[in-house]
Amino acid sequence: MMFIPGNNPAMIKDAYIYGCDSIMFDLEDSVSPTEKDAARSLVFHALTTIDYGDKELVVRVNALDTPVGIADLEAMVRAHIQVVRLPKTESPEDVVFCDQQLTRIEKTIGVKEGSTGMMAAVESAQGVLNAPSIAKASTRLIGIALGAEDYVTDIHTTRSPEGIELLFARSMILQAARAAGIAALDTVYSDVNNEEGFRKEVALIKQLGFDGKSIINPRQIQPVVEIFTPSQKEIEKALAVMAAIEEAHKKGSGVISLNGKMVDRPIVLRAERTLELARAAKVLKQEA
Amino acid sequence: MEIKRTATAGTMESSDIMVTVAANGDKGIAIQLTSSVEKQFGKQIRAVILSCAQRLGVDDASITVVDQGALDCVIKARTETALYRAAESTDYTWEA
Amino acid sequence: MEIPQYQEFKNELHGWYTDENAHKEYPTLHDREQSGNKIVSSLEEAIRLCGLKDGMTISFHHHFRNGDYVLNMVMDTIAGMGFKNLTLAASSLIDIHRPLIGHIRNGVVRRIETSGMRGELGDEISRGLMGIPVVFRSHGGRAAAIESGELPIDVAFLGAPSCDAFGNANGYSRDNDTGVICGSMGYAKLDAQYARKVIILTDNIVPFPNVPFGIPESDVDYIVKVVAIGDPQGIMSGATRYTKNPKELMIAQSACDVIEASGLFKDGFSMQMGSGGASLAVARFLRDRMLRDNIKASFALGGITGQIVDMHMEGLIKKILDVQSFDLDAANSLKNNRMHQQISASYYASPRNNGSAVNQLDLVILSALEIDVGFNVNVLVGSDGLIRGAIGGHQDTAAGASISIITCPLTRGRIASVVDKVGCVVTPGKTVDVIVTDQGVAVNPLRKELGDRLKDAGIHVVDIGELRDKALKLVGTPAPIQYTDKVVGIVTYRDGSVIDLVRQVKDNE
Repeated sequence: MMFIPGNNPAMIKDAYIYGCDSIMFDLEDSVSPTEKDAARSLVFHALTTIDYGDKELVVRVNALDTPVGIADLEAMVRAHIQVVRLPKTESPEDVVFCDQQLTRIEKTIGVKEGSTGMMAAVESAQGVLNAPSIAKASTRLIGIALGAEDYVTDIHTTRSPEGIELLFARSMILQAARAAGIAALDTVYSDVNNEEGFRKEVALIKQLGFDGKSIINPRQIQPVVEIFTPSQKEIEKALAVMAAIEEAHKKGSGVISLNGKMVDRPIVLRAERTLELARAAKVLKQEA
Repeated sequence: MEIKRTATAGTMESSDIMVTVAANGDKGIAIQLTSSVEKQFGKQIRAVILSCAQRLGVDDASITVVDQGALDCVIKARTETALYRAAESTDYTWEA
Repeated sequence: MEIPQYQEFKNELHGWYTDENAHKEYPTLHDREQSGNKIVSSLEEAIRLCGLKDGMTISFHHHFRNGDYVLNMVMDTIAGMGFKNLTLAASSLIDIHRPLIGHIRNGVVRRIETSGMRGELGDEISRGLMGIPVVFRSHGGRAAAIESGELPIDVAFLGAPSCDAFGNANGYSRDNDTGVICGSMGYAKLDAQYARKVIILTDNIVPFPNVPFGIPESDVDYIVKVVAIGDPQGIMSGATRYTKNPKELMIAQSACDVIEASGLFKDGFSMQMGSGGASLAVARFLRDRMLRDNIKASFALGGITGQIVDMHMEGLIKKILDVQSFDLDAANSLKNNRMHQQISASYYASPRNNGSAVNQLDLVILSALEIDVGFNVNVLVGSDGLIRGAIGGHQDTAAGASISIITCPLTRGRIASVVDKVGCVVTPGKTVDVIVTDQGVAVNPLRKELGDRLKDAGIHVVDIGELRDKALKLVGTPAPIQYTDKVVGIVTYRDGSVIDLVRQVKDNE
């Protein structure tokens, strides 16, 4: 997910060019307090004019405990935004409040209730501890994300290259996401020039089980795609598993085996997920 | 909307447009434009700004614009923001 | 005279020898380097000795780019001496040549032949400054015109970073490291060869013989020592930097994908890159792929930058043919690397010569101001109708290369690069094969097989009309530029035919 500062016309108009899966227009931290109205208008008009193709479109609104945040929602729902990212989510009540506001606005403008999705960003110790209930607090939620900058300040430390200070938060958010059946998204990596450091972090969060990474520069797209795309070997293995299942079904056998080993459910699920990722990364053709 | 004070929106960055709105008595809408693409899009830019003002019910305003090749959607956004700020209003109505 | 057996050819002989015919050169080398050489006391003196008259044609090279002092210095002197109605045949004109506007107004310059012009001079020409249209030629076209005698140069004024007392001039010196260094003097070489009289202007007289020399003493008539031939900052701005612009990087990756899939990416291929941000990035990414596949290029042509030199030093490019050194690294490489060779404009691109270097190119990466749905390219006139570019070697390399690839962003600010009809046709679509933008690649229908190959490799190939539509949708429909009937520029193709005309822009408030 590529972050685009909401008050930057040059970046906004070019955002669809790059190969990221989703674009997040930011009305919050990257916009100065005096320019919130300008950014809101800019993003509204960009969303309703520019063709962003098949990219998922997300907007990070300001916190909803101020008129600014509510005004953001009013504008963005009318722009038919796909997902609203809620910053600094502390509790499930925050999620519910946002859900209610979205319902209210959807009703006012006459669109189907629930058309606007949500994503909760957790950026504090309290938020992390509440992650499991936050992730289940609304059917609109498609994902839960970690905002590391604010989080490390909240827990009285700083970010390090290895990221040990984020281990608990990342793990909590991931469990919460899986238990709720939604996506888990990792935080941004600000040192754009350090490609090696970035790759290390992306490899780490992939291994932890995350579904994606937030990025702040198009140059970070390629490493994420590379690391998240299954390797040729992995794809072949997955295809072999699916073939073994086919075989077993044909024979009417209830037990599936591959290379002398039993293929049970977790293996099958992993194989399916691999193939799904491969198709999404276009290294495998879509099923007919 | 009535223009109560002078207000600006936008920056001088490439692809942006800086719109300054000031009161103009009852002399209607006056637009002064400096643009890097004056020849190709001068007329279009003025048209977009005028229709923005009309949509927001602004009848009198002196609008000074410095354009760095902004697309129509950016022009609309900056013009609206400047107009609302100048009218000291937050009565936003969102229309594409 | 009577020699019975040679009567038929007796007019070839010049009478009987007497001791009056022999002349012994007593002065030593040292003596002659002090006096009795080609160095004259002043520029005025040199101009007088050349027999310059009103209406003659003078020429300059542009190897000093925006750091050139020579053209302005010479023109001021010529104007001061009262000459009028000259034809200025500069290989290219840059922003620093702004003072020409005054010389044109004062009648010193009546006609101009050049590859391009930028800045205020271009604006003024577009607004109708001159009564006679400027003739634009590509580097190859200019070379051909000079060689054939169609463009006869009376006096060539050539700035040189080093020159000895007898006229061996070069773009660098092996004797010292002082002064400016411009590397190759490819355009100057040609003018020196064909001009009736040649004056070298230098700020660095070196001991005889100045080897190696780009211009041999046999081509030089007079030498003038001046305080400074140019500004080092303008001539040699360090090494050209890699771009960090994500759009340019994307275009560069895409261009490399095209090169890889083209079928020409094989050991021993040849190439030319431009000097813009995207072109340099192409070189960088291509290098990685060459290392990966163990592919080496037989030679690089250009327009040489430090990037090309680095690849040569790494063993990825065997030899370099240099008609113009774009940065300090390239100039130093010409000085120090055995396989880095200086070539003239004619050798580079003359259409009269089947063996000219551009014909040996497999690939060329070029840029464009605009390209239309017929693949015609405009590199000369801006979208506002003002002259702001140069043909350079565009027409020549597009024609000579097996595959020509244009890289450009789909839009630049609010200006669309892919349009229905270009404002000025410089390079005909017949010679343009592929365009690579940040939003898709289009292949000329004339190269169907190439298009299929690219598609099979998974490259996002679209119809060029789609690119035009996309650009139009983004920026909106521009108002057409208003022109008058007055022709201010004649754009020639490399064979001397007229491919387009540039008209005066109407300035209405």
